[in-house]
Parts: sequence; structure tokens; C-alpha cells
Amino acid sequence: MTQRKIQSESKRKPLADKIFKIGATIAGVYVLAIIVLMVFQLFSESYPIWQESGFEFIVKTDWNAVEGRESFGVLPYIFGTLVTAALAMVIGVPLSIGIAMFVSDAPAKIGNPLGFVVELLAAVPSVIYGLWGLFVFRVYFRDWIEKPLNDAFGDSIWLFSGTPFGLDIITASVILAIMIIPTVSAVSREVMKAVPQQQKEAAYMLGATKWEMFKLAIFPYSKTGLIGASILGLGRAVGETMAVTMLIGNATGASAIPSSLFKPSQTMSSIIANEFVEASPASLHLPALIGVGLVLLLIAICINIVAHLLVTRMLKIKEGAINN
Amino acid sequence: MSTVQQRRQQYRALFKQNVERRLLIDKIVRIIVFACVIMAIIPFGSILVEVFKNGAAAISIEFLTQIPGAAGTGEGGIGPAIQGTLIIIGLASLIGVPIGVLSGIFLSEYGDNPLARSVRFFNDVFMEFPSIVLGIFAFLVIVLVLGHFSVWAGAFALSLIMFPIVARTTEESLKMVPVSYREAGMALGLKKWIVTLRIVVSAAKSGMITGILLSISRIGGETAPLIMTILGSSQFFSNFDVPMDALPLRIWRLSLLPYDSAQLQGWGAALVLIIIILGINLAVRYFFMNKRRKYKLFGYAINGSR
Amino acid sequence: MTAMTEGSTIDMTPVIDSVSSSTIVEKKYKMIAENVTVLYGGIPAVKNVSMKFPEKTVTALIGPSGCGKTTFLRCLNRMHDMTKNAKVEGKVMIDDIDLYSKDIDPIYHRRKVGMVFQKPNPFPTMSIHDNVTSGLRLNGVRDKKILDEIVEDSLKMAYLWDEVKHDLHKPALELSGGQQQRLCIARALAIQPEVLLMDEPASALDPIATQKIEETITELKKDYTIIIVTHNMQQAVRISDYTGFLYLGELIEFRETKKLFTDPKNELTAKYVQGRFG
Repeated sequence: MTQRKIQSESKRKPLADKIFKIGATIAGVYVLAIIVLMVFQLFSESYPIWQESGFEFIVKTDWNAVEGRESFGVLPYIFGTLVTAALAMVIGVPLSIGIAMFVSDAPAKIGNPLGFVVELLAAVPSVIYGLWGLFVFRVYFRDWIEKPLNDAFGDSIWLFSGTPFGLDIITASVILAIMIIPTVSAVSREVMKAVPQQQKEAAYMLGATKWEMFKLAIFPYSKTGLIGASILGLGRAVGETMAVTMLIGNATGASAIPSSLFKPSQTMSSIIANEFVEASPASLHLPALIGVGLVLLLIAICINIVAHLLVTRMLKIKEGAINN
Repeated sequence: MSTVQQRRQQYRALFKQNVERRLLIDKIVRIIVFACVIMAIIPFGSILVEVFKNGAAAISIEFLTQIPGAAGTGEGGIGPAIQGTLIIIGLASLIGVPIGVLSGIFLSEYGDNPLARSVRFFNDVFMEFPSIVLGIFAFLVIVLVLGHFSVWAGAFALSLIMFPIVARTTEESLKMVPVSYREAGMALGLKKWIVTLRIVVSAAKSGMITGILLSISRIGGETAPLIMTILGSSQFFSNFDVPMDALPLRIWRLSLLPYDSAQLQGWGAALVLIIIILGINLAVRYFFMNKRRKYKLFGYAINGSR
Repeated sequence: MTAMTEGSTIDMTPVIDSVSSSTIVEKKYKMIAENVTVLYGGIPAVKNVSMKFPEKTVTALIGPSGCGKTTFLRCLNRMHDMTKNAKVEGKVMIDDIDLYSKDIDPIYHRRKVGMVFQKPNPFPTMSIHDNVTSGLRLNGVRDKKILDEIVEDSLKMAYLWDEVKHDLHKPALELSGGQQQRLCIARALAIQPEVLLMDEPASALDPIATQKIEETITELKKDYTIIIVTHNMQQAVRISDYTGFLYLGELIEFRETKKLFTDPKNELTAKYVQGRFG
């Protein structure tokens, strides 16, 4: 009788295990459900604006919430997001790679604490970056850089035109650059550290200086990974909200289209932050803002998928070289 | 002289006398690279200095415990905001941590199949969703449905930020536990769920706690998703179905006011917030990451409150 | 002339020309290491080693694992500059110039010393041609004709030319292990060194590839001074003229290869070459 009991017990999977597995699986697919639900909700709640303008919503530059003359277009904010993010990359990526070069090559005693401090930069909330940018950085930047450049070149170079008040594209972009440095430099550092020692030794053997060793052995090897790191930074810059909102100057509609470094603008996330709670659900205004959110989401997803692909591809190359 | 030696001399003669120049370039690069480091440290140092310097002037018992006064008067404090931040973090954790941990267990212990692989992929993708969009989502499914701004909506939004992070860090921590632990448990005849929870999770405890704490520090500084969910308030917490205040929100709203006194209060609130967040971060790194270098990876997986 | 240190016998007599035994001819020494000591974080890995390497010969450095032979080899081209925590004392003279002296710049003189490592390490993102010219381009050689000439010359000397001449722009990683190692030899030869340092160059290769490498070395010694670290004693016997035996960071014996293996003067050497420990 005992034998039969043991046999039948070992065939059945214990109920508790089954329940546990089901529970864990539900938790796992929760994210899938949320994503599906989110995309669905965003699309359906913004449907009124798609119904009204169709694809034009993406290319229009109006932004008029006045009843009777409602017209919304997300294009200026797409430009705002992309321009500030691109500028942030132009400023932030070289700095990050420089930092990664320094930290990856410095002795551990200096390199580790330094890397740690740079990573702590990532923990500072965006709203505090915004606060500091607004009351500290902006003042110096406006007086020491924006005003002189504007005085000297304001009329000749369109980049420097406008009346610099400090709440503009360039200020937002610089703060954004500072904010992406921790991400880009941390990943770059890992990528550079992954270069095998033998590669560096080969370069050294040929009589290379340290910089030449970077050029010969480290950069070619880690190029893909560095690009991936930069695009991760781009992804972060695109999704960034508060610091940008506080510094970009809050222009709307066609005047938000980036036309000069010293003119105010607007990004997709900042227009939402600025106007969402004031928008009346009865009008087209709220659906338009939700539509902006949907567009922002799609752009952010694309950028991040590209970044992940590049970083994993670089790791595969590294494995290939070692196995050879 | 052999032909090889002849050729060698011939070729050597072609080497440019460029060693000096190469050493000079190397030196210049070193200086530039060091300058990059300085340029990153300066803002960080400046932020800390300004927050502490300006914020300290605002701090007082009244400031930390009273409700905000009339705008511009400089009276009152950020009591509700501090309370609100603690409440929203707690509630969001109650929702997000269990889901995240279970999800991490799923990925680690039941993870060798196509479903788990797609879950892992989408989990990583989801982590990069702009947090303001998460706020919109919470607004749509909770605020619009219930008809008012509420703490539930804010906690839900923040939980969406938390759980993918916790899932990933949990998965990685569990994966670091040697297979032999599980085998030993099974060999003792224990059921899998007991093995997982009591043996494997126990072993992975510190990694998991690290991940949870870092994700808490991340959501503590989040502002965007709170804008359209808890909205903000000048009153202390009363119940979950009404708006509430939180430190990041209050900082933002104060920064929009044109009064010096509001600015000062903003710095004060920023000081409190930064102490909480950097405090959690430093504590985690000191207690957990120092001793086990393997958790270093968590650092850049969890970055930036938006 | 012998130097006695704690149970070791180091034969530093001028090499006698075997043809005319009546005259003692001082062979020219290409490289001389004097009292070289290497400390890793304060702990000595190489203790006070002195050796003289006659030109156009092959010297093998043998000894059990961890005896310091690779560490010592890396002193000869200042490779330890790259290693953190490593401190090198002593002199390494190449053509009467001390590589470690404060007034000379190592780049200029490191060009005289090429190195081949244990595992082939061609630059993975470059073609065969570009790998060979990598050192040349550092030195400012741009002329395409000259570069092609040197590529052919170096690959021929490394016994790789015939196998790759039809497609020099193939990625270097597509070569087999043995070919990659010969490519690394060609890369080192391209900068026209006079000394070649080789750190167990054939240990990661199959027997056929090893044989090719050994043939290459035997040919190369006509024009280069070669110092090779090897854990394979038969290899040392096959290709080297002189052998130095190191143990626990010290040089125990340094003599003509034949003599060291058939009639070791030191008990420790005898034990090692008989395979009593390894």
C-alpha cells in the first residue's frame, strides 16, 4: 500500500509547486500585459486627435487649445526633443568617453572612487538638476557665454540669435548632457575594460604611446559598444522630463521649433508636463497630449532597441575574437 | 652586411623622427582626458554645494513639519511633501516589489523557454519607457476611471518603474546562487517552491535587497509620473483617494513661483530629498556593493529619476 | 669566470669559437641584462638576474611555472611599464644603451625589440596587410609602395607569404592559429627590430604549426638575436644555442644549450632537465 502511494506521489507534480509556478509566471507576463494595455490605452484615448487630424498630427506645427479653433501638431516638439537630445550627445558623449578613458586606465585607487562619484551623479533626481540649472547654472551660463556670444555673433550667425534669457535650447541641452554622462561613461568604461590585455600589449610592443594604444587596440575593438553606450544615453535624453521642462522656456506651436540656441523651445515630455493637468478632457487638448505621449513612447522604444542590439553585438565580437 | 641588414637600415631610415611629436600628442590627450573628468566633477560638486548651502538656510523644525503657507510669504513648510514622499514610496513598493521579485524568480528559475525570453526582452524594453508616459497610463486607467486624482494612481505609476528593475536585479542575484544549492535542496526531497524561497532566495538576499533599495532611491526622485496622478496638495495625507504632495512635486511647483522665499523653500526641499536619496544610495553601496563587487552591474541599470 | 651565488653556477665566460680553440674570441653581445630585479607590489618575482645575449643567436629561457622567465623576458622591452604595481630595477643594455636610463625615451629604443606573445593576438579589426603595417604607420611610414614592400618582406621572413599572398586584405581573424602566430611574427619583424622576444610562441599551437614556427626561428636567427621562453625542453634543445635556467626568480645556470642539457653543472638544473620536477 505504501509503495503504491509513493509511486503515485512521484508521478503527480506537487500542487504547491504548480501554484508557485503559475504565480511566478503570472508575475512574469505582467509586464507583457502592461505593455499591451498601455499601448492600447494610449492609442484609444488619443483617438480623437487621430480621428480629427489623422497623420497630419505628426507633421502639423499648430498648438491652439482655444475652443472653436483647436488645432494641434506634435512636430515642433519632436524637433525639440531630437535637437536637445542631439546637442546633449554632442556635448556629453565626448566628455563621457574621455572620462571612461581616464577611469579605465587609471590605477584602481583613483579609478574606482572616481567612477563611483560619476555614477552617483546618476542618482540625483532630474528635478534637482532642474533647480540647480534654473538658479545657479543658468545665471553664469547666460552672463558668461550666452550674452557675449549673442552680442558678438547674434546678427551674423543664426545659431546665436535671439535675446538670451537663459531658458532656452542650449541651457536645457547642456544640463541634459551632464545627466547622460553617468550612463554613457559607465557603459563605455565597461566596454573599454573588455578589451583583452593582449591587444593592448601588442600595441605597446610596437612602440605605441598610450594614446596610440587607444587608437590601435581599444577603440577599434570597442567601437560598436561605444556607439551602443552613446545611444543608451540618447535614449535617456529623449525620455528626460523635469530638468528640460524647467529650462527650455516653454514655447508652444510653431515658435517652439528650434531656430536658435538662445531661443526657448519645447520637448514632447515638457509639453505634457506643462499642460496635462490643465487640459480639459472634453476638448481635443487632452487627446492631443496623450498623442504626444504615444509618439514619444514609440521614438524612445526604437532608440533603445537599437542601442541594445549594438551593445550585445559588440559582446559577441569579443567572444569571437577570444575563441579564435 | 647581409641583405637583411641592408634592407633593415634602408627601411629604418624611413621612420620619421616623430617620436617627440608623438609624445607631445600623448601628453595633450592626457590633459584633455583629465579635463573631461574635472568637467564632470564640477557640476556634481556645485549641485551638492548649492543644495546644502542654500537648503540649510531653509531648514527648521517648522519647515519640516508645517504645511505650506501662502505663496510668497515664506511661511509654512514642506511637511506634507515629506510625508507624501514616504507614503508613496511605501505604497509603490508594496505593489511593485512582490511583482518584481516573483517575476525575477520566474525568469531565473523557470526561465529557459521562449516565453521567459520574451518576458526578459520586454522587461528590458519596458525599463526604458519614459516615466511621464507611465504617468499618463496611470492617469488613464485609474484617475479617469475613479474620477479624481489619487494616491493609488501615483503609487501604481511608480510601481511600474520599480518592478522591472526589481525583476532584473532579482533574476541576476538568483542566477548567482550556485546550482548545487538547488540540487542539494531537491536531493533532500524538498518541493521546488520551498527550495526556491527558503534556500535560493535566502542565498541571494543581499543582491535582491540591493536591487530593491536602489529602485526605491530611483522612484523617490521621480516627478513626472506624479504630476497627473497625485497632483500635489497643501494638506497632509488624509486618504488614498485624494491628491497628495511629494517632495519632487513640491520642488517643481516652488521653482515656478517668482518669489525668493519660494526659491529658498525649494532649496530646502531639495536638500531633504537629496539626503534621502543619496543616503539610500551610499548606504547600499557601502553595505552591499563594497563587499560583493559582482553587484556593481546594478549601478548603471538603475539610473536617473526623470 | 664564474659567479657563485648560493648554490648556483653561472657560466659567463666569453664564448669560445669552436673552430679555432686556441683563441678566445669575445662574441659581440646584442643585449645585456644586469642585476635585473622585478617587484610586484613589493614581492620579488625576478631576483638580481644578469645575462648576456650574443648577437644572432637563439637563447632559450627555461624553468618551472612561476620561475620568472616570462617576467624577466618582459623586462627586455620595458613591457612592465604597462603593468600596475610592477617595479623594475637594474639595467637592460641594447647596443650599450640602457633601456631603463632616465635620459632616453623608451619608444625609440623599444622599436629595436619586437615581441611575440603566447597566444596569437593580431588586431581583430584589421586585415593581414594592416596588421603587419600597424607598427610602421605609427612611425610615420605612409608610402603605399614601401608599405607593400615591407609587408611582403616581413611575411616572407615569417614563412607566411605564400599562404596569404593572394588575399592580403582578408581579416586577420580568418587565419588559423598557427598562421595568426606567424602573422604576429611578421608584425614584429615589420618594424625592423634587431632583437626578437618570444614568450612560448608555439605553446598554443598544434605540432605541425609548432614545427613551422621552429623552422622560422631557425632561419631568423641568421639576422636577429632571439630570446625565447619555453616550457618545452625538447624545443629548447632543437632550436637554441644558449639556455638559461631560472628557478624561483633566480638565474641558476646559463650555458651553451648542449652543455647545459648533457652536463648540467648545478644540481637543480640536473633535476629539472631530467624531469624530476616541473
